[in-house]
Amino acid sequence: MNKTKTVNTVRPSIDGKGLMMGRSAYTDDLAAADSLIIKVLRSPHAFAEIKTIDTTAAENLPGVVCVLTHRDFKRNAHTRAGQGYPEPSPHDKFVLDRYVRYVGDEVAAVAAIDVETAEAALDLIAVDYEVFEPVLDFEKAKDNPVRVHPEDDIYEMFPIGFDPKRNLAAGYHMEVGDIEKTLSESDVVIRQSYYTQAQAHVMMEPHAVNARLDYNDRLVIYSSTQTPFHVRRILSQTLEVPLRRIRVIKPRVGGGFGGKQAIHGELLAAAVTLKTGRPSKLVYTRKEVFGATYTRHPMRLDLAIGATKDGKITGIDCYGLSDTGAYGEHALTVFMVTGSKVLPLYNKVDSVRFHGDVVYTNRTSSGAYRGYGAIQGNFALESTIDMLAAKLDMDPIALRKKNMIMEGQTSPIFEIMGEGTEGTAMNMESCKLDYCVDRGLTLTDWKKTYPRQENGHKVRSLGMAIAMQGSGIPYIDMGAATIKLNDDGFYNLLIGATDIGQGSDTILAQIAAEALMCDVEDVAVYSSDSDLTPFDAGAYASSTTYVSGNAVLKAANELKAMLMKEAARVLHTKIENVRYDGTTFSSEETSISLKDLSNQLYYNDEQKQLTATSSYVGHKSPPPFMAGFCEIEIDKETGEFDVLNYTSVVDCGVTINKALAKGQIEGGVVQGLGMATFEDVHVAKNGKLITTDMLNYKIPSVKEIHRLTTEFAESYETSGPYGAKSVGEIGIDTPPAALANAVYNALGVRITRLPITPEKILKALKEKENEHA
Amino acid sequence: MKITLNINNRDYETEVKPGEYLTDTLRRLHQVSVRRGCDTSSCGVCTVLIEGKPVPSCAFLSYRAEGKRITTVEGIPDEASELSRYFGGEGADQCGFCNPGIALSVYALKQAQGPYTEANIRHVLTGHLCRCSGYHAQVEAVKRYLEANHE
Repeated sequence: MNKTKTVNTVRPSIDGKGLMMGRSAYTDDLAAADSLIIKVLRSPHAFAEIKTIDTTAAENLPGVVCVLTHRDFKRNAHTRAGQGYPEPSPHDKFVLDRYVRYVGDEVAAVAAIDVETAEAALDLIAVDYEVFEPVLDFEKAKDNPVRVHPEDDIYEMFPIGFDPKRNLAAGYHMEVGDIEKTLSESDVVIRQSYYTQAQAHVMMEPHAVNARLDYNDRLVIYSSTQTPFHVRRILSQTLEVPLRRIRVIKPRVGGGFGGKQAIHGELLAAAVTLKTGRPSKLVYTRKEVFGATYTRHPMRLDLAIGATKDGKITGIDCYGLSDTGAYGEHALTVFMVTGSKVLPLYNKVDSVRFHGDVVYTNRTSSGAYRGYGAIQGNFALESTIDMLAAKLDMDPIALRKKNMIMEGQTSPIFEIMGEGTEGTAMNMESCKLDYCVDRGLTLTDWKKTYPRQENGHKVRSLGMAIAMQGSGIPYIDMGAATIKLNDDGFYNLLIGATDIGQGSDTILAQIAAEALMCDVEDVAVYSSDSDLTPFDAGAYASSTTYVSGNAVLKAANELKAMLMKEAARVLHTKIENVRYDGTTFSSEETSISLKDLSNQLYYNDEQKQLTATSSYVGHKSPPPFMAGFCEIEIDKETGEFDVLNYTSVVDCGVTINKALAKGQIEGGVVQGLGMATFEDVHVAKNGKLITTDMLNYKIPSVKEIHRLTTEFAESYETSGPYGAKSVGEIGIDTPPAALANAVYNALGVRITRLPITPEKILKALKEKENEHA
Repeated sequence: MKITLNINNRDYETEVKPGEYLTDTLRRLHQVSVRRGCDTSSCGVCTVLIEGKPVPSCAFLSYRAEGKRITTVEGIPDEASELSRYFGGEGADQCGFCNPGIALSVYALKQAQGPYTEANIRHVLTGHLCRCSGYHAQVEAVKRYLEANHE
């Protein structure tokens, strides 16, 4: 490992100061002052067909400029998922449709001169619905006589198990070995079903978009998106506007977590501006963010694990049922990640099977959400590992250490399962999971507390879980970077990569600065503008550090080679004789500063622009790993508990920026704790959302978070930029299982249905008492 | 109705509707640091100081602010800039959407001259939901900022 100057340090985000000072930066800050305000009429029914829709009164209201219904759009089935093309999600959505499939689905859009007029116009739209019985229970959706998608002009882009006649958005099956045989021959088999709930993203900035036509009549969209290039493509395909006429700009984004991978308001804003020629904007209310964007896919996972008496895990079998809601965005890929980024943790099995269905229901769509299926799978697997340890009367740490994946090893699952396609074989060139576990034991003083310390009716306990994720989608998602030398010797870094708050602009500038041996301040970053920056798939699948980072490193090295060549020319020597210290090029005899060389290149002699563009597609997706330890104090009389400390020890390779990497882990942990402890999207029996605001849908506040301890393992991934892997998602995966294990260690009851609430704990205690009575 | 608002020591004469909330009025007057995160005064994103006290502007009727001192983060640039250094150093800053509100509440705490106990800091941050940071780093950053900057 070479000594680095900029990489692997603590440094503030390059945009942190300006954002703290309140500078104009986010989508709504940048809307044209005369933007038409768009408001959306949403379905009050979980499932209905629009028989008639009369917009006359709304159109006649002074101040209303345009009203759009399904009659205004050509039926181009698309997916909002915001993935690479062709998408592994079914094309099952229309901008506006005759059918509405969940409470909150779009019925019509109004554009008016101000909010009050737009809202008043919504009330004047007369809709006659034929209301159908909705499918709300995902365990009854498959082959239900009610079809969520009765239309026949929807389709899959390639086989994903799409069968709308059976309410199936996707399906999957894989098996290595003979799992039935393995389980039947195992000394011990644990079988358990788990339920994970819908979780809302609750990024602080609601989804926002604004649109305008520029002086060349091109459509310019500002969007709070994670995927500006996918947005451009989907807009073009769906609205049949040539790609060359669209420019998508992603300004600062106030958090995404997967919730802004998809397109939401962009199509309507684009349609309004194209139709009226006037700028428009659509800013979601918080109620719309909750009710009409996405949640995490709720799942049921039936797990079976077989083992020998001495604790060798022989086989893992997982059947899953996933609820994609009204539309199949990310249906297959989230489901596959539930297997592919969870099951390889225990790679020494004889057999492994992962299969199941992703069903349509009349609920708000599920979509991408940090962890992307892995958190669901991790909860099931890592809970069951502790159950197996209890059954074998074995220490759960010892059981894990005996069976978990280690450096240099592989799993057949990597080759079989990708994201919607086949995967890529890979060995774990960097895997310090064993260190992460050991370090966590030390940091938490595990031996002192495990399994519990009782003090009257208060019990302290610890539980833990291990996890893995990925670093981008190999052979599919590409990142690219352009670095431009300027006169005076500073650089522009132009990247398609999408900073949504995670700090990618900063860490990519650090990578460029490291390679170019300059200060980060000498690299001016501009990202995510489809006209001005090179392509990047976007901020999802833990891609940016690894994929976009590699592209930046390649571009920086290419530019440095160009600089060396020019320096050799000016110094009248061979390149191999040129030394560079970051500011000055020198030969034995003479020297020239970068500043002077740059000025010569642009003003004086053999003038030319030096620019390097490079791109990167992963050939594998090296997983970051983590061990998470949850320390709780629980009251056995009330079931109330506090998470006293959550300890994370993480192998994400080399951290490009220690402060930002820590932020990714701790933010992920707290979102995971939210899912583990109380976050839950509630829907009434008629399909109406109950948790429509931040009063009814609670996310963790500082009150619930007492302490977080976060450390990184010394690790180096040779295929990553400066040894880095990605770090965006891994933090979220362990809390549900670690908490469930801590509760078991404290009270001997196992909660298998998230969230883990005091009520569920008390109920389980009562059931346990009754069993013993 | 026509009212005069004193924002960051400058008077603005503006027309507001009787039911208009201060978030919307301030944004119209180009105080873009004041942003809407929820619609239920739960999140703290839209915080401004009224007479030095943190208030969710999304629940404060604009006409009621007439004659009172309104401070947005644009009014405390030096303090916000300084606080951002501590956020950066602790890994507390990410998307930044909640930060102007936090800066104002921390400023109000600093003006109240302590005591800067962890309990106090946590009490102040309770009003500011953040989905990025996990809070622990924020608490540490504010603690260090106040330790270094108290008078």
